Amino acid sequence: MDLELILMQLFSGLALGAILVMVALGLTIIFGMLGIVNFAHGALFMVGAYAGLWIASLTGSFWWALLVAPIAVGAFGMLVERVLIRPLYKRTPDDPLLLTFGLGYVLVEAVRITFGTDGIPFSAPDALQGVVDLGVGYFPLYRLFVLGVVAVILLLLWIALEKTRFGLIVRAGARDPLIMRVLGVDVSRLWLLVFGLGVGLTALGGVLAAPMRNVSPEMGTLVLAEAFVVTVIGGMGSLLGAVVAGLLVGVAVSMTALFAPEMATIVMFALMALILLVRPQGLFGRPGVGA
Amino acid sequence: MSSTSHAAPVPLGAPQAVGAPGVLSRWRVPLSIAVLCILPWVLPSQALAVNVLIYGLFAVGYNLLFGYTGLLSFGHAAFFGGGAYLTGMAIVHLGLGWFPAMLVGVAGSSVLAAVIGALSIRTRGIYFCMVTLALSQLVYYTALQASNWTGGENGLRGFTLAKADVLGLTVNLLDPTQKYYFLMVFAALALWFVSRVLNSPFGAAIEAVRENETRARACGYDVERTKLLSFILSGALCGVAGTLSAIHLSIVPLDALHYHTSSIVVMMTMLGGAGSFFGPFVGALVFLLIEDVASLWTSHWQLIVGIVFILFVLFLPKGIWGTLIAWRSRS
Repeated sequence: MDLELILMQLFSGLALGAILVMVALGLTIIFGMLGIVNFAHGALFMVGAYAGLWIASLTGSFWWALLVAPIAVGAFGMLVERVLIRPLYKRTPDDPLLLTFGLGYVLVEAVRITFGTDGIPFSAPDALQGVVDLGVGYFPLYRLFVLGVVAVILLLLWIALEKTRFGLIVRAGARDPLIMRVLGVDVSRLWLLVFGLGVGLTALGGVLAAPMRNVSPEMGTLVLAEAFVVTVIGGMGSLLGAVVAGLLVGVAVSMTALFAPEMATIVMFALMALILLVRPQGLFGRPGVGA
Repeated sequence: MSSTSHAAPVPLGAPQAVGAPGVLSRWRVPLSIAVLCILPWVLPSQALAVNVLIYGLFAVGYNLLFGYTGLLSFGHAAFFGGGAYLTGMAIVHLGLGWFPAMLVGVAGSSVLAAVIGALSIRTRGIYFCMVTLALSQLVYYTALQASNWTGGENGLRGFTLAKADVLGLTVNLLDPTQKYYFLMVFAALALWFVSRVLNSPFGAAIEAVRENETRARACGYDVERTKLLSFILSGALCGVAGTLSAIHLSIVPLDALHYHTSSIVVMMTMLGGAGSFFGPFVGALVFLLIEDVASLWTSHWQLIVGIVFILFVLFLPKGIWGTLIAWRSRS
């Protein structure tokens, strides 16, 4: 097997992983702050892809879709937090989880009604078609673009969380919401924003993924499982863990696709089982948080 | 329904009955069987009755883990589908008779539950559901890839059972009524088994783990072992439901292992009332009735089920049966 092919596959894996990073980051941020697992996360990824598709067909521009769809779905997420999830904070963590699970179920069916059950192809804009010469071989431009967008988002997120007052409040709120409330911070508004941010990230992942795979109502189910795998491997509630594990899973899947195609869908779950055996708290997780 | 009083270090003497004492609780197994006996005659169709039987049992097995032990699993399709596939494969590939094939199915799903359970109880709380979901996806994709054994996407076919010989009697499995009562015998046995488990000291122990894990541990219970054992029993019961569905359908669709199947059982248990004996059956009945009625006028009955489910989580988290029990004990 020649080196060029392996390098190309590595890049493909990184692009695949970058999407997973977006989804897993949204999941982890919501969990870290609100303490709930958003089971509608996969469905909202799918809604993001459909919203992108719809906006692109409406405006004729992929760029508008990329900008507007995540914001619109994020706003929808805020509405969900406000109306459906907020009454459940006083209950056990299972209840918001079951609620978001039900919501995911409803969203999939709602999309089926609106857009039909068949998958819809969605092509990248002309400007991003074609391949680029990376020195070792030709690589699809669109995947490079995905890597770039995700890198920019990660940078922005890092600045927002580490360098701004908002980020300070978010991190403190994740550690101890009660103290934040005593200090006079409106925690419930913070949770609203964080939920919207997390949902927006997964919706962005959906729009970015749309040209790389078929857009179908069921696309969220696999993504949800993949995001769980990434979260478990990366570590419970660790943002760095979500990034590293997302890329790792992407590369592992695409490398397996090269050497043993029939194992490609299975490898990430096997990786997760391995991590659970040797390091149940995940690569970057603190012991005691989840295991 | 609090059971913290059961958290004694070593249960001494006769185990206390768990749940509301009363006629309904004491006679729960005969009552369930009586209801199951008349089910085909009161429901709109016999096909619906068989589904209530199979999915009701599936939900009862799931409820042992979710309702009584407090562990929310999103991967129980692995045991339902696993039991169905192994039964079918034992008939197709090994040429076994229906009864040994059923044993293979139940034993296999128990082993599968032991492996998945051992891995997933290493995580606590909310991560448990993520790990169970991911591991059941692993089972799904393995079945999809191993198409020589499982038939892949087309599902497992070619094991139609026309009749079964039971203790000198021949049951004609092509006759819906005979088949229903044939399958019901196994469901009744499983229900009796669940009732015994819940009345045993172990039944009190799993409820103690649900109510307060730390306290149960402090009382000297081996929490990990209790959870794992509950997981295996739950998986085995779901395996029984799976084998019954294989015998009923004479095929095993790949969907039996799909995430969708795991979701259905969560919804049924929740709708009926998690942690109550009759709840899962009530939930299965209601879920399948909504499907049966709503699918007459729309193919999107899942939207209705989903909205009903959300309303239940918001306003009736104890489910139908759980809410009835709460009302009764209040008055």
